[in-house]
Amino acid sequence: MQKNVTIDINGQPHRQAVEPRLLLVHFLREVAGLTGTHIGCETSLCGACTVLLDGRAVKSCTVLAVQADGRSVTTVEGLAQGDKLHALQEGFWEEHGLQCGFCTPGMLMCSHDLLANHPTPTSADIREAINGNVCRCTGYQNIVNAVKNASRKMAKRVSARAGAR
Amino acid sequence: MYPRAFHYHRAGSLKEAVTMLSQLGEEGKLLAGGQSLIPLMKLRFANPKHLVDLNFVPGISYIKEDKGSLRFGALTRHAEVEYSATAAKIPIIHDCAAGIADVQVRNRGTIGGSIAEADPSGDWATVLSTLDTTIRCLGRKGERTIPLSKFITDAYTTALGPEEIVSEIIVKNPPKGSGGAYLAFKRSAPVYPTASAAVQLRMEGDVCEDAAIALGCVGLTAIKASQAESALRGQKISETTMNAAAEAARAAADPQPDMRGSAEYKRMLVGALVKRAIELAIRRARGEQVEVSHLYA
Ligand SMILES: Cc1cc2nc3c(=O)[nH]c(=O)nc-3n(C[C@H](O)[C@H](O)[C@H](O)COP(=O)(O)OP(=O)(O)OC[C@H]3O[C@@H](n4cnc5c(N)ncnc54)[C@H](O)[C@@H]3O)c2cc1C
Ligand code: FES
Ligand code: FES
Repeated sequence: MQKNVTIDINGQPHRQAVEPRLLLVHFLREVAGLTGTHIGCETSLCGACTVLLDGRAVKSCTVLAVQADGRSVTTVEGLAQGDKLHALQEGFWEEHGLQCGFCTPGMLMCSHDLLANHPTPTSADIREAINGNVCRCTGYQNIVNAVKNASRKMAKRVSARAGAR
Repeated sequence: MYPRAFHYHRAGSLKEAVTMLSQLGEEGKLLAGGQSLIPLMKLRFANPKHLVDLNFVPGISYIKEDKGSLRFGALTRHAEVEYSATAAKIPIIHDCAAGIADVQVRNRGTIGGSIAEADPSGDWATVLSTLDTTIRCLGRKGERTIPLSKFITDAYTTALGPEEIVSEIIVKNPPKGSGGAYLAFKRSAPVYPTASAAVQLRMEGDVCEDAAIALGCVGLTAIKASQAESALRGQKISETTMNAAAEAARAAADPQPDMRGSAEYKRMLVGALVKRAIELAIRRARGEQVEVSHLYA
């Protein structure tokens, strides 16, 4: 009944025999012990559980762990490099893009998907990209500012790197 | 929230998936993007004993141009269609793909799963019924193709046999002078629309040579509004003809009252959506680039 799966999470392989009905979010939180990914609604409606599966944002409460076998998953814990926060995390910090923080991991991962495809999004693009993520605190405006802040930073770093070459 | 326990099988090819389904009989079910099935299983509305996963089958996710048609592999995700320049050649297809739910659902959900699910509110069935669409199916006895109008027979019901699967969706390119648009009215992104309208026209100057109009979420299946189509066909498009089409669409709708609105409200809504979609379709038929995005309450 159980099935062996190996999931690469933030660059580390995690191997475990699991029941096929185990959801990816439970694999992340309970098997890998990575509790940064939150469970909000459990009904595919709030986006709190968003992670990247092979680089694309998905709701980890609506993917089976066995479907992520052999694939790579990035969670909020995989964003920072050691002590150095990711530009998106800096953006949320500087623009007060969070209050209670419950929605934040999902917001960060969804914004990551956006910036990978759309490095310089407009406010409308950002609102469209996070329209599957619910925040009960901020009223969204500071989240939009935070993603813009990050996109400016990332663009600057890309041009600095290009200049250094 | 856990689904009831089940056995998990990974198909290596579509043929193998058919073989597995015929061996498992009633107790087996296909898993594509899982964006309809997994939520239903978590709520225990669906309790399959065996799942046959298509996600590891190579080569069934594609968008190809072929002899005047677009071909979509069954496992093509909504997001792949959204970002495809090939698919954007039929703008109403881009409208549909880009407007389904939110980015997370579009990254997983598939066109094949959506057609096979035959949800009365599913966007693909509504949009594709305004185009010349056929569904390619693979079963134990081999392949067959079924026009979309004969494929979806009722709410959540298709012409598929128990061990038959959707392998490809084939859409003929609309003739020259065509334009289309799809508009859905939604309360928020991750929910199905309250009502929607798909309009595909062929214009010659100001005269509408041909029209296809489909209404979503206001019946057991997408409704082809043939009276609304006749109100436009062969006519010079004016405020009067558009109002006549919208009126006929209201009459063709058969909505159920629910938490999204009363039947009368949905009927009014669908008429307004049809009129706006006609205006957009005409502009596109003239070669204008028009961005369409769904309307939110
Ligand atoms: C929060 C949320 C909001 C949504 N909003 C919308 C919306 O606004 N509009 C919309 O259209 N959809 C919406 N959806 C549904 C989404 O588009 C689904 O992806 C789609 O309906 C089903 O596709 P799937 O690939 O996920 O199929 P699955 O869930 O994997 O399967 C659905 C059904 O089809 C069968 N099946 C799958 N593939 C095949 C095949 N190739 N051949 C035969 N049978 C097959 C399965 O056995 C199952 O019964 C939403 C989903 C969620 C979670
Ligand atoms: S917990 Fe997954 S969408 Fe809400
Ligand atoms: S910060 Fe509290 S839910 Fe978003």
